[in-house]
Amino acid sequence: MSSPTEGTANTGSFVTEEALQRLKKRHGAEARFKLYGQLAIGIAIVALVALLVSIFGQASSAFSRYVLSYDLNIEASYVDPDGTRDPEAIARNVSGFNLMLQDQLADEFLSDDANRNLRRELYGMFTRLAVLPIARATADAPETIGSEQIFNVALADDIDLFLKGGVSARKSIEIGTVAAGDGSTEDGVTLTLASQDAAEKLGAALTELTRTDVDDAPAVALIKAGNTWYRMEASEGRNLSLTYLAGPRALPSEGAAIEALILAQSQENRTVTDRQIAWTKILQTQGRIKSVLNTSLFTNSDSTYPELAGTAAAIVGSLLTMLVTALLAIPVGIFAAVYLEEFAPKNRLTSLIEVNINNLAAVPSIVFGLLGAAVFINFMGLPRSVPLVGGLVLGLLVLPTVIIASRAALTAVPPSIRTAALGVGASKTQSVFHHVLPLAAPGIMTGAIIGMARALGETAPLLLIGMVAFVAEVPDGPMDESTVLPVLIYKWSTGAERAWEPQTAAAIIVLLVFLILMNLIAIILRRRFERRW
Amino acid sequence: MLETFGHLPVAWLLFAVLAAAAFMAFYVGRTQAVGIARGYTSQLNSQPNYHGYFVAMATIAPAAVILLIYMMFGESLVRAQFASELPERIRALGDLELGQYIDRISEHATRRDATATGNALFDAASDRYTDLVGLSRIAAILLAVLAAAGGFFFGRSRLSGDFRARARVEDGIKFLLFLCAAIAILTTIGIVASLLFEALRFFSRVNVFSFLFGTEWNAQTGADFGAIPLFFGTFLIAFLAMLVAAPIGLFSAIYLSEYASPRVRSIVKPILELLAGIPTVVYGFFALQFVAPIVRASATWINGLPFIPDGFLAAQPTSALAAGLVMGIMIIPFVSSLSDDVINAVPQTLRDGAYAMGATKSETVKQVVMPAALPGVIAALLLAVSRAIGETMIVVMAAGQRAQITPDPTADLTTITVQIVALLTGDTEFDSAKTLSAFALGFVLFIVTLIFNLIALRVVKKYREKYE
Repeated sequence: MSSPTEGTANTGSFVTEEALQRLKKRHGAEARFKLYGQLAIGIAIVALVALLVSIFGQASSAFSRYVLSYDLNIEASYVDPDGTRDPEAIARNVSGFNLMLQDQLADEFLSDDANRNLRRELYGMFTRLAVLPIARATADAPETIGSEQIFNVALADDIDLFLKGGVSARKSIEIGTVAAGDGSTEDGVTLTLASQDAAEKLGAALTELTRTDVDDAPAVALIKAGNTWYRMEASEGRNLSLTYLAGPRALPSEGAAIEALILAQSQENRTVTDRQIAWTKILQTQGRIKSVLNTSLFTNSDSTYPELAGTAAAIVGSLLTMLVTALLAIPVGIFAAVYLEEFAPKNRLTSLIEVNINNLAAVPSIVFGLLGAAVFINFMGLPRSVPLVGGLVLGLLVLPTVIIASRAALTAVPPSIRTAALGVGASKTQSVFHHVLPLAAPGIMTGAIIGMARALGETAPLLLIGMVAFVAEVPDGPMDESTVLPVLIYKWSTGAERAWEPQTAAAIIVLLVFLILMNLIAIILRRRFERRW
Repeated sequence: MLETFGHLPVAWLLFAVLAAAAFMAFYVGRTQAVGIARGYTSQLNSQPNYHGYFVAMATIAPAAVILLIYMMFGESLVRAQFASELPERIRALGDLELGQYIDRISEHATRRDATATGNALFDAASDRYTDLVGLSRIAAILLAVLAAAGGFFFGRSRLSGDFRARARVEDGIKFLLFLCAAIAILTTIGIVASLLFEALRFFSRVNVFSFLFGTEWNAQTGADFGAIPLFFGTFLIAFLAMLVAAPIGLFSAIYLSEYASPRVRSIVKPILELLAGIPTVVYGFFALQFVAPIVRASATWINGLPFIPDGFLAAQPTSALAAGLVMGIMIIPFVSSLSDDVINAVPQTLRDGAYAMGATKSETVKQVVMPAALPGVIAALLLAVSRAIGETMIVVMAAGQRAQITPDPTADLTTITVQIVALLTGDTEFDSAKTLSAFALGFVLFIVTLIFNLIALRVVKKYREKYE
């Protein structure tokens, strides 16, 4: 860059070739500098958008889920073997309901001589606790025992994922009709396709989906002829050798339509077996698989099965914790701010308190967790994992934030208000509590809400005071074991199954909605009541 | 009787009783003041209400103090008495096991639906414990009632026509306000004392120097406590974060304060501050789910390049780089909003002078504004570093658990905060070196961030004074 002295010392002129060159360079530097600033802001905004888009994208699949809408025959021998019709006993009899569902499904889909592996495959389409809502509904209405009722049963997370397009890359094609069929369901079936084109189309689709980067991983074709599903083992020209999977056992009639479902991964490499896919497809053609709004995300408590896990207990735990936090941080914070701003003499102690508050605001949150573990749990003997301790720790954590915000609001009230009050004979305390504080209230409340929002998103200190415990029931009070939303998010994110990912993202959205609401309230408060002096 | 008291939710009852007593005292005090004045309340030094407030204050303050003391020390008193009543063979177990035994009993005793366990000694002990809790509560309540009554009569005896009730009440209020402000100091004292106390217990078992300068960390097995790998991981990740946050934050601040129109500024600034409002656990999920796989894929790709030796980068599923990048994004708003304030505080006259000399905007920023704002900017960066060092959730979720020293940012590293969480999550015994080491780490973390914060705050304060 050029310094001005250099320029004038040269020739004394600004229009020489050299000077113009230099000016161009300087303008170039100016444009680049401005561009850096725009780039920096651009990167920050792109990062924010990427974060939100990725989380919303992940979460979108968790807000709906697939259920089996099944007409169950509620048999007394399963659900109420003692015949007492005692609602409590019925609601607790999860095994009975589970067995009933399994047997009725087996009657429909399996032959009587089906072996244990086959049964396990079929039963694997649900988790045991999926019948819990059925048990509760039946307990509420014992008169339904013995009749047929339609219930929605949550499908296992892997089946749900498959229906949402996960598990394996796939392609569905139509390959004409059956020309001839031979063989039996036990020994394998050979079907002949009606046209050579169809056979080539099938071959092309198989090659297309076979992964080139992995050896020995050819794509798999599941063939639907009529209503029966087969797995293709080999093909030769128009002849396909098939293994029976599910559906009617009779050979498909001549002219029946054939469809193929090509899957990139064989069943050894995925979480859903060929037969489960066939069953799912059959149920789907029968219209018995429905996509429903995933209300259990809000009404259920934590569970070890992702399809049954919900945020209800954590939301209540968060509310209880926030209640304790608010009761501690807001009054104490406001009073401390009033003292420092209005009453404190200018002395060493006061300035020590001030430095100390500013410092406390920058202490890492995990240190407050250590304080909670050492003082509240170890020294004072309060129980672990309870909202009371969590609320106290978070209260101390956000106290500096509330104090700083309240002080700013108090400073903004002009001194004329105070002098006017003192002038008509009010005492210092009266002038503060009758005049200054009400005028500063909107600003103070805004600060308090923002502090609360920070506490709501805080995770680390709560891990140290044991709020990571598995809590399957909605807590009743501040002394009940519970967890909070951010900790639940952390726990779910460590889950091994793929289905936890959308579930975690959905819980994040629940948390973000709460935060946005709180911030909106703060903004509205500020807009409506803020005074400009 | 004792047993019922041992089980009651006494705290709520007491609040109700205290509140009722306060109302009653207020009413009595007020009536008495009106009586003294014989209806001509203007003859009183203070209004009758203040006399009421004064009596109410005199009534509940001593009772509240006694109950507070009971809440803090009651349980340890009960435990001490209970321990002394236990049979000799249990007392001979030693402090640790005795403590655990009493924990079990107190947990069983405080459960309201507690049923007999069949172990005669345990059941008897549990009953006795409930009785002792009840007894201590009755004692505390009686004392509180006595104190309240004493306060009440003392308060009434002070009332007279020229009693300065308002001044006394206001003194009381002022004292309450002071107590609230002092809680901030108490918190700091609590932090320092608890960290120091537990850390000293740790150092009585593990040498300070082998902790601070050892290079092997195996705390989970309780074997090695050399914290150098943790310090290394912490600072490497903070460094990576600052590589992201410092340029982006600074350039954003410069652009917003020097170039942007007020309209752009009013839109962009809140968007940047949104980044600060997102909970860290959300950033952690983002780092784990989206950034870490990208980092890993890039590292694998680099490893596959022809001129790169095999296994040049570790390419772990969780990595220091993923955590550092996301942490950098998180602290952008800290850097940008603090620097923005600082840059805005540089007087306009300095800029005008530079423009008058023919300097372009960028030359003014680089050669005039930034040198003037430098101390403030450095303070902002220091605060950001301190935030990065103390950040927990992002590293817990995305940085890994392996204590190792390697300059490879795609390897999984561990940090001070990750280890604190790992050591203190789950059931903790406050007597093992493993648990105590978490407090030693916490102490180091507290001191380091404190130093950064103190320097930064001091610089900011000096700087403000300079231009105000």
